[in-house]
Amino acid sequence: MAAISREEVAHLARLSRLAVTEEELDRFAGQLDVILQSVARIGEVAADDIPPTSHSVPLTNVYRDDVPTPCLTQEEALSGAPDAFEGRFRVPRILDEED
Amino acid sequence: MTTTALPTYEDAVARYEPVIGLETHVELGTATKMFCGCRTEFGAEPNTQVCPVCLGLPGALPVANRAAIEATIRIGLALNCDIASWCRMARKNYFYPDMPKNFQTSQYDEPLCVEGYVDVEVDGKQYRIGIERVHLEEDTGKSLHVGGATGRIHGATESLVDYNRAGIPLVEIVTKPVPGIGALAPEVAKAYVSELRDIIRSLGVSDVRMEQGSLRCDVNTSLNKPGEEWGTRTETKNVNSLRSVERAVRSEIIRQSGLLDEGIRIFQETRHFQETTGDTRPGRSKETATDYRYFPEPDLVPIAPDQAWVAELKAALPERPSVKRARLAEDWGISAIDMQSVANAGAVELIEETIAAGASPAGARKWWMGELARRANETGVDLSAVGATPAQVAELQKLVEGGKLNDKLARQVLEGVVAGEGDPAAVMASRGLGVVSDTGALTAAVDEAIAANPDIAAKIRDGKVAAAGALVGAVMKTTRGQADAKTVRDLILERLS
Repeated sequence: MAAISREEVAHLARLSRLAVTEEELDRFAGQLDVILQSVARIGEVAADDIPPTSHSVPLTNVYRDDVPTPCLTQEEALSGAPDAFEGRFRVPRILDEED
Repeated sequence: MTTTALPTYEDAVARYEPVIGLETHVELGTATKMFCGCRTEFGAEPNTQVCPVCLGLPGALPVANRAAIEATIRIGLALNCDIASWCRMARKNYFYPDMPKNFQTSQYDEPLCVEGYVDVEVDGKQYRIGIERVHLEEDTGKSLHVGGATGRIHGATESLVDYNRAGIPLVEIVTKPVPGIGALAPEVAKAYVSELRDIIRSLGVSDVRMEQGSLRCDVNTSLNKPGEEWGTRTETKNVNSLRSVERAVRSEIIRQSGLLDEGIRIFQETRHFQETTGDTRPGRSKETATDYRYFPEPDLVPIAPDQAWVAELKAALPERPSVKRARLAEDWGISAIDMQSVANAGAVELIEETIAAGASPAGARKWWMGELARRANETGVDLSAVGATPAQVAELQKLVEGGKLNDKLARQVLEGVVAGEGDPAAVMASRGLGVVSDTGALTAAVDEAIAANPDIAAKIRDGKVAAAGALVGAVMKTTRGQADAKTVRDLILERLS
């Protein structure tokens, strides 16, 4: 059985605001399935005494002090933006959602 | 849409039992953001307090702000929570331009603080509000919707985004559902937010100003018939003042009971509180269920607060505001209700410091809760920013008590102090204010008043002492309020005896 369905891929594409064609859905569903199947095999060999790992380095409590560092200028901040207006990033309106 | 009239609030709570829950977001007052060193000053030019980390530029790596972790733990401790010995940040994935990274760094199933409570008092009765969790996340950017008529997104053609706020540490405090409070639900909700605000303010970790958005509140409300299961809840956002908290719960109870009366099912939705009308309107459509695909944040290592450090923070917590208020009310000799208005005006510390600077409790309270509170209200600033310091108010009150100023002159002096003309004594000197109690100077004014008002003078001579008030008024007028009323009165009676 496939680890991910074509519908699930379509759903993820929607959530990620990606326009995916029908052909691409078929292709990506197949590719993602291979990846997920491979990962699932690791699950098969993980023993009960091995906790799920989210961080590969055994570190905790890495903090910085609450001291300001230089920021970008407004020009620098906006320099990579496709569009800007009066110092703000300009984006298309978002449909069907409230602020 | 229903056309029948809505039930009254009394009818609604007679038939249904409300259950409320509150989610409160508090913007921490740290100097820098949660995961980068950008400043957090309010009101800066758009996109001038941003860097690659908070703009989500490729390759940028976050590092957590120690002060924000500490502040969150202190809030948790003050709310009687257990502090996690190990927890992680999580990515909350969503695509919306207020977050340039396309995810918000938050906490999911491992909040930093859990299982606490806050006790609040309404009408002399205590209610315990359970705290489900306190977690740490980051604030979003601010969008300005343009092209529409109202500045809201409806009808807007585009959005302009400022990321200065994106990444400012935000603490989310979630209550457990609060059942069993019946008709008092709106007041309990308000009392909770007020108490929460006082507690956080006492910790000094946020300025908790609802009007500036550093304290924001979402209110969940559901109704059920007595004995039945809890109903479906709605979530009301955009509740931006203590009064709105109360109004939002109240109007939602009325609205939902109107629907339930007609057999209409309540569906889970987000609604927006309308400041002008006091009711709620539907918000974001929930047709597509939210799917945030949370997962542990790989770029931030787990938070494992040292238990000795937590114990230290707990031992150093300030006196609980409710306990402090009770103590001060007794010291100052005022009722619990008067103390509540002092607290609501944000005047507790100011009055305390004024007394410490030498004023009497009654004198200190009089100025802060009278003239200065009125001025703060009129100009829309916090009492602490009204322009007078506790030391100045104490000095003013001492001048009054020493007979150097009367009430009217003291007000003028205070006006000068607030206007930045200096300390009370300096304002008194520069404006030429001060009580004239020198009898020689006053006698002339008194004689003048008697000569100008022969009828009144005759009445007083006939023993109608009460008529002296009119002459006192005349003298006060010619001396431009600078005479001591009692001295003037004594002089008048002496001349006409």
